[in-house]
Amino acid sequence: MTQPLLSLRSVSKTFHTGGREVKAVDNVSFDVAEGECLAVVGESGSGKSTIANMILGIYPQTIGEISYKGSALPARRDLVHRRSIQLVQQNPLSSLNPRRTIGASLRLALDVHGIGERAGRNDRTGQLLEEVGLPASFRTRSPAALSGGQRQRVAIARALACQSELVVLDEPTSALDVLVQARVLRLLADLRKSRGLTYLFITHDLSVVRNIADRVAVFERGKLVEIGTTATIFEAPNHPYTRKLIAAVPVVTADEVALRKRFMEEANANV
Amino acid sequence: MSAPTLRIRDLRLGFKSWSGTFDVLHGISLHIGKGERVALVGESGSGKSVTARIVLGLLQTLRSAKISGLVEFEGRDLAKLSEAERRALRGTRMSMIFQDPTSSLNPVYRISTQFHEVLQRANPRIEPAESRARAEKALADVSIADPARVLDSYPFQLSGGMNQRVMIAMALANEPSLLIADEPGTALDVTVQAQTLRLMREQVERHHASVLFISHNLGVVREFADRVYVIYKGRIAEQGPTAALFDNPRHPYTQALLRAVPRMTGDGIPEIEDASESYFAPTVIHDGYGEPEGVA
Repeated sequence: MTQPLLSLRSVSKTFHTGGREVKAVDNVSFDVAEGECLAVVGESGSGKSTIANMILGIYPQTIGEISYKGSALPARRDLVHRRSIQLVQQNPLSSLNPRRTIGASLRLALDVHGIGERAGRNDRTGQLLEEVGLPASFRTRSPAALSGGQRQRVAIARALACQSELVVLDEPTSALDVLVQARVLRLLADLRKSRGLTYLFITHDLSVVRNIADRVAVFERGKLVEIGTTATIFEAPNHPYTRKLIAAVPVVTADEVALRKRFMEEANANV
Repeated sequence: MSAPTLRIRDLRLGFKSWSGTFDVLHGISLHIGKGERVALVGESGSGKSVTARIVLGLLQTLRSAKISGLVEFEGRDLAKLSEAERRALRGTRMSMIFQDPTSSLNPVYRISTQFHEVLQRANPRIEPAESRARAEKALADVSIADPARVLDSYPFQLSGGMNQRVMIAMALANEPSLLIADEPGTALDVTVQAQTLRLMREQVERHHASVLFISHNLGVVREFADRVYVIYKGRIAEQGPTAALFDNPRHPYTQALLRAVPRMTGDGIPEIEDASESYFAPTVIHDGYGEPEGVA
């Protein structure tokens, strides 16, 4: 078997708040293969964001090991790792600096990581915008002058600016309207193919997961309860919590209603 | 036939600013019969929340808002009521549930105090003991196992789902004839959201309340509403019964909207073309689901 791009081994994270110990992530192990899209799903408090933050190096794990391309990631990340693992957050309005033009935000990523010749970087920001389907002229605009979908495209462009390999997408489309969401998802799928990216897609929206992920990891209260290919998870889930989660999703077509009914019956049968 | 609970005819809204008037609603009409659950679905900026605010009488006091058209609540024209009369309707004959339950409850007062205030809206002389008893019963009705403990809690001590149930209980405590629910449960986890919707459905049936359900989440609408109005940029695009509208959408905008929703059955990410002029096509009204005629 080829070496996974990212691998977590017996990772736990304990927080201490108000004299209490909270085990946000509890003994979790999984791999992410190069070029795949792994969805991490769960409800609030399941530990999915904590996992993202540990992978990004925002804080270290309490115990366990996170390795990238076969070598353990240090608690304090060097520039190479910060470049290769990038983040796209849920709300682009708060992840983009409102005082900076779009061009300056993108340029900063290029400057920090010393990508390309200095003189060519401004042109490069224009190319990046075009890659995410925005006109290069948006360079001079501020985030406030863009719509939610356009802003999220800029956030994606920034994550791609420094030749990243693994992109952690934390609820990237949850704040968007459904028509905009569909277009941004399409963009993410296209970019993954054209650039050979690997995605860790964190979300609570199972209908999005169904259509974009190769594999799905289901979390409940810090524990990994089930992991498998998207087809297996949605057609023959093993864990009762997974079934409960699928049965709770509000759906729009008659086919989906039928599917859900089946899961509800199975979920009830297992109580 | 008695008057519908809510009747809106040709409602227009514009916001005045230094550069002219910015039109938000371009003449929308809708009605909600007694005990009906009607959804108003649209994207952000479509005008669904301002419609709710007009029904509640909250925008009428804003000087920059230019409102025309008819809004009739239980046969009474809201425009002909005084501000005090409109205020008296809020929290008694009509009530509202917001998206985020935790921020719509006051964090510095216990639930019991806030519930008492709600009951005082309808009966200013209600005794604390009586209001506590009624609150306990109302909370028990929304499947809260331990109403006494919840009443003695502050909102931040309760989970989001619990707060949402408290909101539902409060909203229905004074037996309103109209409940306006603006994206209820969108801030909650899916399993909690599903429970909340079930509970809300059960409760409005028991209290015979009509519901104006405002949402951008098509799945939730399909689950909850009897009838649907789809709103696009301040215009009604399509109106009809829930099942027919979802299974056989006829307006280009409704079709695009439904196509854009990722399917749990998995058909890949939908291809969406750019916004088209056809979204502004005239309202499609499903047979027998038009606006009732009546004296304006």
